[in-house]
Amino acid sequence: MELLVASAIGILTAAGIYLTLRMRTFPVILGISLLTYAVNVFLFASGRLMVGGPPILRDGVAVYSDPLPQALVLTAIVISFGMTAVVVMIGLGAFLGADDDHVDDPKGDDHRAEDAT
Amino acid sequence: MSLFLIVALPFLGALLPGLMYSAGRQACAGVTFTVTLAAFVGLLTNAPAVLAGEVVTARVDWMPILGLNFNLMLDGLGFFFALLILGIGLLIIAYARSYLAREDNMGEFFTYLLLFQGAMVGIVLSDNILILLIFWELTSLSSFLLIGYWKHLPEGRQGARMALTVTGMGGLAMIGGMLILGQIVGSYDLSVILQNRDLIQESPLYLPALILILLGCFTKSAQFPFHFWLPHAMAAPTPVSAYLHSATMVKAGIFLMARMWPVLSGTPEWFVLVTGAGLITMVLGAVIALFKHDLKALLAFSTVSHLGLITMLLGTGTTFGAMAAMFHVLNHAAFKAALFMSAGIVDHETHTRDIRRLGGLRHLMPITFTIVVLAALSMAGIPFLNGFLSKEMMLEEATHTVLFNSPYLVPVLATVGSLFSAAYCFRLIGHTFLGPKRDDYPAHPHDPGPGLWLPPALLMIPVVVIGVAPFLVQDFVFLVAKSVIGGVADLEVKYIKIWHGLVPALYMSIIAVVGGLILMTLFKPLLKGWEAAPRPEAKTIFEAIIAAAVRLARGIIHPTHDGAFSRYAAIMTGFVSLAGYYAWRTGTVDAPTREMQAAGPVEIAGWLMLVAATGGLVFMHRNRLLALILIGIVGLMVSVGFVFFSAPDLAMTQFTVEVVTIILLLLALNFLPKKTPVESSTLRRARDGVIGVAGGLAAFTMAYYFLMRDFVAPSISEFHLANSYKGGGGTNVVNVILVDFRGFDTFGEIIVLGIAALLIYALTETLLNGPVRARLLNRTPDQPLAGDMHPMMMVVLTRVMMPIILMVGFYIFWRGHNEPGGGFIAGLIVSIAVVMQYMASGFSWAAARQRYPYHGVIGAGVLIAGLCGIGSWFFGKPFLTSDFTYVRIPPFQEFELATAAIFDLGVFLAVVGAVMLSLESFSRLARRAHVKDSEYPMDIDPSRDDAPQGDAVKGGV
Repeated sequence: MELLVASAIGILTAAGIYLTLRMRTFPVILGISLLTYAVNVFLFASGRLMVGGPPILRDGVAVYSDPLPQALVLTAIVISFGMTAVVVMIGLGAFLGADDDHVDDPKGDDHRAEDAT
Repeated sequence: MSLFLIVALPFLGALLPGLMYSAGRQACAGVTFTVTLAAFVGLLTNAPAVLAGEVVTARVDWMPILGLNFNLMLDGLGFFFALLILGIGLLIIAYARSYLAREDNMGEFFTYLLLFQGAMVGIVLSDNILILLIFWELTSLSSFLLIGYWKHLPEGRQGARMALTVTGMGGLAMIGGMLILGQIVGSYDLSVILQNRDLIQESPLYLPALILILLGCFTKSAQFPFHFWLPHAMAAPTPVSAYLHSATMVKAGIFLMARMWPVLSGTPEWFVLVTGAGLITMVLGAVIALFKHDLKALLAFSTVSHLGLITMLLGTGTTFGAMAAMFHVLNHAAFKAALFMSAGIVDHETHTRDIRRLGGLRHLMPITFTIVVLAALSMAGIPFLNGFLSKEMMLEEATHTVLFNSPYLVPVLATVGSLFSAAYCFRLIGHTFLGPKRDDYPAHPHDPGPGLWLPPALLMIPVVVIGVAPFLVQDFVFLVAKSVIGGVADLEVKYIKIWHGLVPALYMSIIAVVGGLILMTLFKPLLKGWEAAPRPEAKTIFEAIIAAAVRLARGIIHPTHDGAFSRYAAIMTGFVSLAGYYAWRTGTVDAPTREMQAAGPVEIAGWLMLVAATGGLVFMHRNRLLALILIGIVGLMVSVGFVFFSAPDLAMTQFTVEVVTIILLLLALNFLPKKTPVESSTLRRARDGVIGVAGGLAAFTMAYYFLMRDFVAPSISEFHLANSYKGGGGTNVVNVILVDFRGFDTFGEIIVLGIAALLIYALTETLLNGPVRARLLNRTPDQPLAGDMHPMMMVVLTRVMMPIILMVGFYIFWRGHNEPGGGFIAGLIVSIAVVMQYMASGFSWAAARQRYPYHGVIGAGVLIAGLCGIGSWFFGKPFLTSDFTYVRIPPFQEFELATAAIFDLGVFLAVVGAVMLSLESFSRLARRAHVKDSEYPMDIDPSRDDAPQGDAVKGGV
């Protein structure tokens, strides 16, 4: 099971990195989302894996899974939604403004203009 | 008054001028004056203790492990400087009230002034060198704002930048020096450091520390070769010059040398560096000052020269020198502040500061004339004025100082400096006020109102009184000198006298004054010679250095930062993977301590689905809609994984977030191209694939070794499990952690979420108000639209489901404390219910029925959560302490009421607001001009009488 989770994290990371290295905004955003999954699962798994022990206190149950990473990851999931939304909005704004959804600055557009001031 | 309050008052008060700005200039100046006066009076309440020789302290441990404690102390030296800073500050504020023109923003000016004043007071009262460094940097920053206050003047901006660069660099050097000093002693508390003279001076790090600290002091106090920034800072308004360059900013370096005197002075290195720099600065400043035509430039160089004098005295390392230095600080502050203010008056009245265009003002401006004569003669060292006394002491000290084995070097140079000093003072009086009255002044000069002349006139009281009756201040000066000296030696002088008999210093004084008069008669030919002589222009050199630094930075930055973001990401990923590999190879990786848990067929099936979806995403991401579906599968499998591994809360959150994320991405995809074209070469894709696989392998290896081993140290989770019910009153430990144990984190997180949503809203607004707006409105959709945009079935279904979903949300919210659920999840569920209405009936229909703006919902959420936290203050508990009780309202079961539920309500509202505001912003972009907003919930409605179908057809196409 540990092997499955670890390899899932690895595969999500690999796919996430590959997509973040693409040249258009949309795949980059998808790549960041995949990386987010990988990081969240990794953080969650730092409490170690346990089946059938949700951290809901019950009489007579002594073993629970680790609640702390779960709480941290819960907020991380919500925040990553906010961050995804911001990145999408920035990408969308750039595309609508310039009709170009490339991630890289156009060639030759090095910062000469701003230095002239 | 507590020392904390004295330091805090100017900072707190800095908020007021800006607020009072609309109440008028009088209120603005008045409130600044009051704040300063309060701090001044507060300082005076400590006077009896200080004068009795005590050291008043105030201590708060801030980060004791780092040695960073907010400790303040007030001894004679600190009291003396604080008195100057606040006392002269009061006069400056009164003067600035009359000086600033109507179009100057007074609120801004006084805010900067108070910030600066607070930083200065902080420096002189600090008992911890780390705190001192913070205040030191604050003075650099706030003086930058003050010097550049007239933003429209290029000289002002350049001067401010130069001052910031020079003093900022010095500040950096000083941080290094102070840290070394702290390391040597093992404490960052000044009072401890000052006790360790031998330890410090015997340390091999003494010399580097000394040089670094002196760099800080010399840059701040404009000592050679860093003297050039001060004259350029004269582009500031005159009150700023008068304040910064008489009593405060430039004296900060002097203060620090005096403060560190007990531990740093007395070594040959200190003597050569400090006395040498001081001597050169004194002579150079005086010579340049004589030939300056701008009144303020003349005064600026004279300030440089006098600072050199004080530095030289501190450098000699004798107790007499230290005492004389402190006495001269007092005298210089008095006459120089008055002179700057008078120069401002002349400028204000004649509209010029050029000495060549002035002269003969004594009849036109008798009051100003009197002030300038007294102050300038004092500066020249004429008996019965205070400057004479300390200058005599300096000359006296010079006769005993042997530099570079020559007993004559220092006395001769000191005399030359004094001679030129006397000369420029005579020139200041003679060429500005004496001589025949002219008829070509740029304006018609006369004495200004008392608002301008009274502050400098008040300063003439100490100038004359100290000059005539030095015994009045002698005890105070000795007290200050003793606290400079510390316990190193005894102060030998017993009296400050005007007449010492026929000693060498008197002859030197006479030579200086007579020589000064002779120089004045020879001024014209001398000036010609001076202007013909080649002189290095410090500003040109400085600008050349800056330009070279910029070129260097550009040479490094431009090739590496050329806007190829994917390359940056590739390099970063590769580097992190390599670093991880290095750590893994060189670190110790112990054998696994946990048993691998067996995986059944269902788990493997889930894993396969996740892997298949991820792989599909990599290979089919160019079809963007398909990619969205695939990433939905990935998210779903992650949620299922959370359920399986005992994290129901996470699963619910991930699942609901997945829904809103997909909706959001669909909304965005509406505007973006639907396909990603193939642009990168095969090689590039292979390279990215290698990087991706390397990163994936690194993540896999780390996760695997991590999962197979137990915790190195016991986890704090046990505490949460044990106390969740007892302390937080809830059995869902995850929720109790969120709303109770780590409520502060959650509070921060909902604020971040709210900010993100507001950012999206702001970006949308920018787009809709810019050139993009027209394009959006006239856009032709690139995909065929459904003929029935708002189908009846969907509308009816979402309406029916709305109350049910809200009920579910309500239930999830309330059970959250004890069962999986809570504010985050409930918020997401309710958002989905609302989003469904938007999807079914369109943006405009839904928006028209929206009663509360989503910004308000976010704000209410944050506010409720914050107030819930503040509520615990009223019970004497720290922020966000929770309490709970059990109530029973028939016919319901007994249920629990916790204050944490109020906090969770805040979380709920913030999440709803943030999610809805983001989605709503995206939908707003989709409105088009030629498509009329429908006022009906659905296009085809059999119960409606009018002819809706035609509209629908028109609207849909």
